Amino acid sequence: MEYFLELFFGGLTRGSIYALIALGYTMVYGIIELINFAHGEIYMIGAFTGLIVAGVLGALGFPGSAILVFAIVAAVIYSAAYGFTIEKIAYRPLRGAARLSPLISAIGMSIFLQNYVMLAQTSDFLPFPSLLPELGFVKHFKGILGSSDFIIIVTTIVVCVALTLFIKYTKMGKAMRATAQNRTMAQLVGVSVDTVISVTFIIGSSLAAVGGVLIASHIGQINYYIGFIAGLKAFTAAVLGGIGSIPGAMLGGLVLGLTEAFATGYVSSDYEDVFAFALLVLILIFRPSGIMGKEKIQKV
Amino acid sequence: MSNVTKADTGASQNPVAFFLTAGCESFAESLRKSVLASLWFIFLTFPIMVIKVDTINKTIDWRWMNMAYIGIGTFVLSFVWRWALARKELTKEESTRENISEKMLDRISSNSYAKYGFLALFAAAAVVFPHAVGMYQTNIMISCLIYIVLGLGLNMVVGIAGLLHLGYVAFYAVGAYSYALLNMHYGIGFWTALPIGALFGVVFAVLLGLPVLRLRGDYLAIVTLGFGEIVRLVLENWGDVTMGPSGISGIDRPGFFGVKFGVMDSITYAYYIMLGLLIFTIFVINRLQNSRLGRALLALREDEIASQAMGIDRTKAKLLAFALGSCWAGLAGVVFAAKTTFINPASFTFWESAIVLSVVVIGGMGSIRGVIAGAVILVLMPEYLRAFSEFRMLVFGATMVLVMVFRPQGLISAKRKIYTYVKGKSATNE
Amino acid sequence: MSNPVLQVNDISMDFGGIRALDEIQLDVRQGEIAALIGPNGAGKTTFFNCITGIYTPTTGDVLVSPEGGAAKRINGMKPNLVTELGMARTFQNIRLFPSMTVLENVMIGTHCRTRSGLWGAVTRNRATRKEEADTIEKSFHLLELMNLEQYSNELACNLPYGKQRRLEIARALATGPFLLLLDEPAAGMNPQETMALKELVLDIRERFNISILLIEHDMKMVMSTSDRVFVLEYGRLIAHGTPKEVSENPAVIKAYLGEDEDV
Ligand SMILES: Nc1ncnc2c1ncn2[C@@H]1O[C@H](COP(=O)(O)OP(=O)(O)O)[C@@H](O)[C@H]1O
Ligand SMILES: [Mg+2]
Repeated sequence: MEYFLELFFGGLTRGSIYALIALGYTMVYGIIELINFAHGEIYMIGAFTGLIVAGVLGALGFPGSAILVFAIVAAVIYSAAYGFTIEKIAYRPLRGAARLSPLISAIGMSIFLQNYVMLAQTSDFLPFPSLLPELGFVKHFKGILGSSDFIIIVTTIVVCVALTLFIKYTKMGKAMRATAQNRTMAQLVGVSVDTVISVTFIIGSSLAAVGGVLIASHIGQINYYIGFIAGLKAFTAAVLGGIGSIPGAMLGGLVLGLTEAFATGYVSSDYEDVFAFALLVLILIFRPSGIMGKEKIQKV
Repeated sequence: MSNVTKADTGASQNPVAFFLTAGCESFAESLRKSVLASLWFIFLTFPIMVIKVDTINKTIDWRWMNMAYIGIGTFVLSFVWRWALARKELTKEESTRENISEKMLDRISSNSYAKYGFLALFAAAAVVFPHAVGMYQTNIMISCLIYIVLGLGLNMVVGIAGLLHLGYVAFYAVGAYSYALLNMHYGIGFWTALPIGALFGVVFAVLLGLPVLRLRGDYLAIVTLGFGEIVRLVLENWGDVTMGPSGISGIDRPGFFGVKFGVMDSITYAYYIMLGLLIFTIFVINRLQNSRLGRALLALREDEIASQAMGIDRTKAKLLAFALGSCWAGLAGVVFAAKTTFINPASFTFWESAIVLSVVVIGGMGSIRGVIAGAVILVLMPEYLRAFSEFRMLVFGATMVLVMVFRPQGLISAKRKIYTYVKGKSATNE
Repeated sequence: MSNPVLQVNDISMDFGGIRALDEIQLDVRQGEIAALIGPNGAGKTTFFNCITGIYTPTTGDVLVSPEGGAAKRINGMKPNLVTELGMARTFQNIRLFPSMTVLENVMIGTHCRTRSGLWGAVTRNRATRKEEADTIEKSFHLLELMNLEQYSNELACNLPYGKQRRLEIARALATGPFLLLLDEPAAGMNPQETMALKELVLDIRERFNISILLIEHDMKMVMSTSDRVFVLEYGRLIAHGTPKEVSENPAVIKAYLGEDEDV
């Protein structure tokens, strides 16, 4: 039972991170129907920014809690800035181009960013300081749930609720929903589609940055390659939940995290990634619209 | 709207002024924009380019020079960027833009003497190549030939049929491992394994293709990517069969009717095999392109619904493209295993797929000459510019983005065949 | 009275909760030009999509019987098989193969009437060469008929709008249909082009001895070419009959002129 719970909470933590990244995929896909292949790299850049800021502040002798706050804020700002810039450079000039063009551009961007970080920093694994505080009451769950697990899960819940409220009640959120439904109509009623797309990239990237710093601190090391696998898995989560659907992305993340945790815990850890990819392939084959997605008939 | 008219007046000015003010009202404005871009990128790249922390020794390395490079670089590049965008806008009308090299190629191929002269020259150069240069160079050239064949194979899937395939090297791996395993366990020779590798490529393609080919374009891309990763992970973890990450070594080099060559000769031999395979590939694709099936595949890329309404069976056509592409990947894989005599899963990562895809995209989707040019540039350039090789993937990535933004048809765009018709009897020429 | 080549029985089409077609009953007879008219959004294009296999109708039957052949139920059949059976269509929002040449566009149309496969393509054996030559000849003839032969080797996307529409018709004819479905062929054409198109439609019927179902907004064209007219409104068939009958039908007048004027 204890083992089961350990796996369960481990899966929940992992799934939370997938959910945070998956939200970016889903929001961008919902609005411009593009699989933002470079999104995993945004998450990686978030983690690196966090590491660099923590390193500098640590050397300057800042206290731990201040380092955590600054690292997350810097990661969010930088990831958002990268997301915004990437959209302007690699996707915006391609609006209205053949459907595969922006996807190829996105793959190119992803390759570029990985190598940019590798060359500017290092190709080795870097140790990441554990920034997340130890919580006293978590001691009761020793062996099942760690402090950082708890923090990650709670943060994800808070972020998701905030995002849902934002989309539902703010003017920008409404503009986003309108654009997702019908871009031309949204434009006609005065929504600035360019701004909406930019904001979507900024929000999605910020969430990925939060995920990046949290998980890096939890696992304790990063390298330039972490965005690729995490990105693919988060994309799997987004598709699993139904791409374009925000609650779907959260649900998909959790389902994927739990599946992986139990599969590696009870079956074999060698095939951890195989499970995830096999799940992706199976979902796309049997239910391409995902758990929460709606089936759409292409208009002719 | 106003942007276009501005650009128009810009074009009639002298080119220098056009370059300096492209897309802007005045030079002052474009200067302001460039300064802003430069500052923005200094900010953007600041932590990653300038700071390098050593978390163990708690030391920080500040690389201020990088900031200066970025500032100056982006300042200049932002002019180039706006200029290129404005130029693209200007030339939008002529959808079949040609560059100088394309015009040359056209002139050569329209004159049959020049065409055959050039071909003969190429053929002669290709034949003497391994004797004129050393083993090292020949080896590099074999890699290049393998990439050309892979590129041409992937081109059938991506360039001609329009299916974005991100797991192409999985089929390359299938070919390579087929030969390696058959050779290790049963001592099967290269020439027997060649068709078997191709066949396995096709079988895997059909098994994967049947369920996934009805997926929409971008989903298909991700599924093929996932499949590619699954194949690699299985190769890595299924140690009992595949020997795991350490790979399989001591694979036989190709023999010639039972004769075995020394290392030097067998590399020359592998070169000729690869050259032969390439010529065969070009021959097949060239004939396929302007055939009933080739046109059907192109139509599928251009408009799936319209092609169905014209009586093309979508599933069959996609499966055909997928299987053909994989068949060539399988062939190339067998040659690769025989050439290197050692294979391991690290040769079949996603990046390999990405390189082959860049060959196709940068060279020119759907164009044989384009793919050849793409492979030569992408494989040989980093090989000969060693200092440059660590930037190889960085440059590939950037080029993929730039090609998509500024020249989606690639370096050499595909040309359609010209048909002439004389009443009574039909004649065609290319 | 000759047999209907197309018999549509009570088909309905739902999108989510929206009923785009509601129990439509329609038939096209051999050699007839029938017109399907109705305001924008009435469901005309959806009707075409339902009978050509692009959508599967929610309920109802689509039966076709090529001349001399037995009636065949085709709902849910794949679009390429429907075309192979002999129903060819054009699209309201032109769907050519933009970066292929004009001639190649038409050649694609012959796909389901030709056979050569991979082996033929690679070996270029005699049968393949013959078939290819026939395809080229047939396609050139169709382009001549459409007055497009001088553009044969241009890319389809470089043709002006009106010519693109004619090219779509040529491509559809290349599939060798017994029933041609035209979705707003005159949309975006100027009056002269529309006049020429009218002649062309009549000429096609004579020359190929086929039936035509036409969606059109240009009333002059509908009235002067069609034998019968079907009127859709909000997914319902509100009237059908000869052009004259339909133009005098109060429900149709109301649908076209709106409530106020009628009262
Ligand atoms: N794929 C689809 N999904 C949802 N609604 C659709 C789809 N295709 C058509 N419709 C709806 O069906 C109705 C009829 O459209 P259409 O057949 O294009 O009309 P028409 O061709 O008569 O102008 C419209 O309300 C349209 O929005
Ligand atoms: Mg319509």
